[in-house]
Amino acid sequence: MNDMTPTREQREAKLEGMGCKRKRVEDIRFTQGRGQYVDDVKLPGMLHGDFVRSPYAHARVKSINTEKALKVPGVLAVITAETLKTVNLAWMPTLAGDVQMVLADGKVLFQNQEVAFVVATDRYTADDGINAVEVEYEQLEPQIDPFTAMDPGAPVLREDLTGKNTGAHGPRKHHNHIFEWTVGDKDLTDAAFRKADVTIKEMISYHRTHPSPLETCQSLCSFDKIKGELTIYGTFQAPHVVRTVVALIAKIPEHKIHVIAPDIGGGFGNKVGVYPGYVCSAVASIVTGKPVKWVEDRIENLTSTSFARDYHMTTEIAATKEGKVTGLRVHVLADHGAFDACADPSKWPAGFMNIVTGSYDFPVAHLAVDGVYTNKAPGGVAYRCSFRVTEAAYCIERAMDILAQKLGMDPAELRLKNFIKAEQFPYQSALGWEYDSGDYHTAMKQMMEKVDYAGLRKEQAEKREAFRRGETREIMGLGVSFFTEIVGAGPSKNCDILGIAMFDSCEIRLHPTGSGVARVGTKSQGQGHETTWAQIIATEIGIPADDITVEEGNTDTAPYGLGTYGSRSTPVAGAAIAMAARKIKAKAQMIAAYKLEVHEDDLEWDIDGFRVKGLPEKVLGMKDICWIAYNAPPPGMEPGLEAVSYYDPPNMTYPFGAYLCVMDIDVDTGVYKVRRFYALDDCGTRINPMIIEGQVHGGLTEAFAIAMGQEIRYDDTGNVMSGSFVDFFIPTAVETPKWETDFTVTPSPHHPIGAKGVGESPNVGGVPCFSNAVNDAFSFLGSTHIQMPHDYWRNWQAAKALGVVG
Amino acid sequence: MATQAKKTQVSMKVNGVEVDGLVEPRTLLVHFIRENLQLTGTHIGCETTHCGACTVDIDGLSVKSCTMFAVQADGSEITTIEGIANADGTLSALQEGFRQMHGLQCGFCTPGMITRAHRLLQENPDPTEEEIRFGIAGNLCRCTGYQNIVRAIQYAAAKINGTEFQEAAE
Repeated sequence: MNDMTPTREQREAKLEGMGCKRKRVEDIRFTQGRGQYVDDVKLPGMLHGDFVRSPYAHARVKSINTEKALKVPGVLAVITAETLKTVNLAWMPTLAGDVQMVLADGKVLFQNQEVAFVVATDRYTADDGINAVEVEYEQLEPQIDPFTAMDPGAPVLREDLTGKNTGAHGPRKHHNHIFEWTVGDKDLTDAAFRKADVTIKEMISYHRTHPSPLETCQSLCSFDKIKGELTIYGTFQAPHVVRTVVALIAKIPEHKIHVIAPDIGGGFGNKVGVYPGYVCSAVASIVTGKPVKWVEDRIENLTSTSFARDYHMTTEIAATKEGKVTGLRVHVLADHGAFDACADPSKWPAGFMNIVTGSYDFPVAHLAVDGVYTNKAPGGVAYRCSFRVTEAAYCIERAMDILAQKLGMDPAELRLKNFIKAEQFPYQSALGWEYDSGDYHTAMKQMMEKVDYAGLRKEQAEKREAFRRGETREIMGLGVSFFTEIVGAGPSKNCDILGIAMFDSCEIRLHPTGSGVARVGTKSQGQGHETTWAQIIATEIGIPADDITVEEGNTDTAPYGLGTYGSRSTPVAGAAIAMAARKIKAKAQMIAAYKLEVHEDDLEWDIDGFRVKGLPEKVLGMKDICWIAYNAPPPGMEPGLEAVSYYDPPNMTYPFGAYLCVMDIDVDTGVYKVRRFYALDDCGTRINPMIIEGQVHGGLTEAFAIAMGQEIRYDDTGNVMSGSFVDFFIPTAVETPKWETDFTVTPSPHHPIGAKGVGESPNVGGVPCFSNAVNDAFSFLGSTHIQMPHDYWRNWQAAKALGVVG
Repeated sequence: MATQAKKTQVSMKVNGVEVDGLVEPRTLLVHFIRENLQLTGTHIGCETTHCGACTVDIDGLSVKSCTMFAVQADGSEITTIEGIANADGTLSALQEGFRQMHGLQCGFCTPGMITRAHRLLQENPDPTEEEIRFGIAGNLCRCTGYQNIVRAIQYAAAKINGTEFQEAAE
């Protein structure tokens, strides 16, 4: 070997494959302001559309007069429900099997509901038009509280459902009832509670909030009347699904619809749903013959497109006096707002809420969820979590702390006592899931050791004594949380969206000179797919990541995929990428065998090519194989080197983690300080540790916001009280805590590269961790459960209620 | 009710180039930059001066261009994200720092964040972590949790000052 021959380490390093902290490809354009987001796209003759919205939460629309608006110079059209009826689009199907008004049809059901769509030459003129539309309303009694929504005298919200006693998910008990969903064995669970030494019961609410990505929802539609083709640029986390849904409801052939999701400024679940703005910009383009852009403003975003959570979970645990859990019973009252527009796989009206048994070996469990209509915005999206998993994790992690308190046990000790053991995987949960892999004890013990858990508890005990002696007004909380996520929707046997199976896809095409392009059915909104997808390919087939261009988001070029949400990209598309790469590798091996004149079985893979077993000098690199594949393939072999894979996962993946938060709260002001936050995540095989860490930082920050103040609040008449960044809590760099990250690696046994998802774990594990810290701080004063969000004022209220503040 | 009014001529220097245009009195500076000048790196995230995605540099101050009228910027000198790179087209120390330290994810807040940090490092060439956090508190990021943004700015400060970038001890 001469000095110029690269070492194995150099060859590995050149690939920048899996496990490497590869710097992001995307950053070159984003740091220079050269990203292209929807609002950056401009088409010739483009018009702007914007909404007239309802000031009332519940009202009859008696008349809409568009005459004055149409006289405003530059206003070209005002679209109302009557216009939409001519194309059968006044209502649209929701992902949850309900229907939703695109524009107010006779009634409005939440504040800021879309009433009319004004189309004008620019956004300022559209606003002038909005101000000139005259709408006459007759106010109706609003139903805001979900707890009274099914009272006998509650107002009828959805007149369109009159007489329909069955909804998309079974019988309806009341005119404001949407569905009841039950899982588990009720009789066995009830029996476990009868036999229990100890039980706890608490109503644990997870308040309404909103994903609020920094870029709002937007679309730009252009209908070409000559070709009969519709092009849609939009903030879509799932562009192919949009194409199919448009084809189904607008009756335009699917090959004549081109959906392009360009760069997306954050999604967090907000950009999964289908919104009236998308539909109206498409209809407006068909009506006017011009491209029409719709750009939501922040107030519209917070008040109309897709809230998250709003689950009210009555939770009971049965246990032995030694602290072994024997049963779990949960009833959820789910506030869905005016239309059931939850973005869940269609057969799952409460998402994967039945992961509520968490990381614990519950022999029996029962879950019932009742969904109700109220006069609030529709939605129910998975805000940085797999479907309703953060609600489930919050429910069980809070309840385990409450049980520990009742038993007088340490919360960490109670968890260790009840964890599913490493040897129990694959584990069948009482509510129907098969957990693929995990090693919870190791993760928990690693966390406890790293943070000196015992030392922190000792310090807390001393501080409590000092508080009792009146020497300090500060109380200390230790928040423990251990979560199990369920991500990677999903296996076609149980996951679909409106009948579309939830597979994902990748097409890899290598070029003769040894570079290539990979097109994937997912859509990054900041996750860095252009960087990480190339890393998987680099490791699988030995082409440097820098030589692979990754493309997503254009339905004309990308293979059909279900998009990016619910941490499904790596579990599903990541697998498709590896499988496509392996198809290429198999062909490459045939080519190498032919060129090296050996049997395929005599070859072995070596970083970036094949070598003959026992003859390390006899090698053929992938770059050379690319050239040969096109220009001198073996006799009888088709030229070219490309492959497509559609991957239908056999199971979900189950990432997990152990988090700890140390918090100090001043009882006289309610002001809290997060002294320390430690997060250990296990997401199986790690593709890019830098990106994983970034995802964890971001998810924890969102969890911090949600737990400590971020809320969509309504007053009694349905006015939104936190509809802008003035009062909707988004933490700045000043209040955001510092994050310590750690990991263990327990690969998924069924995933081609052993990877699970990670982007949402920190939100799922983080929210209960913060809330448990606050609750733990107050627990020695006699409190059992304080509802989120734990802002200064509520902390102060809690201290007052406990009698420690005058 | 706001209505269309007679347009006014404005002229300013943007990224070193003299520009002018006809705007309505109500035209926001951010729209003038994005629509008239076609400089779409400056983003809009909230319209209420909270998020800072629209931050540009005007006459040596960081300004949120979503709540300033274009006519108010008449005669001023403006730098947007498109004017931040080095003269030879390479990434500036800050742009490089954001990439090296993974200081961005979706990229939507990034132009405003870098433009703000650019001014911060001129106001305070060697800021502490606390000063950086306070200095960028007018710019919201939903993806990163700020920790890597702080490191990116520290990286850039060290590079500009010719010192070695040192990670703060945990």
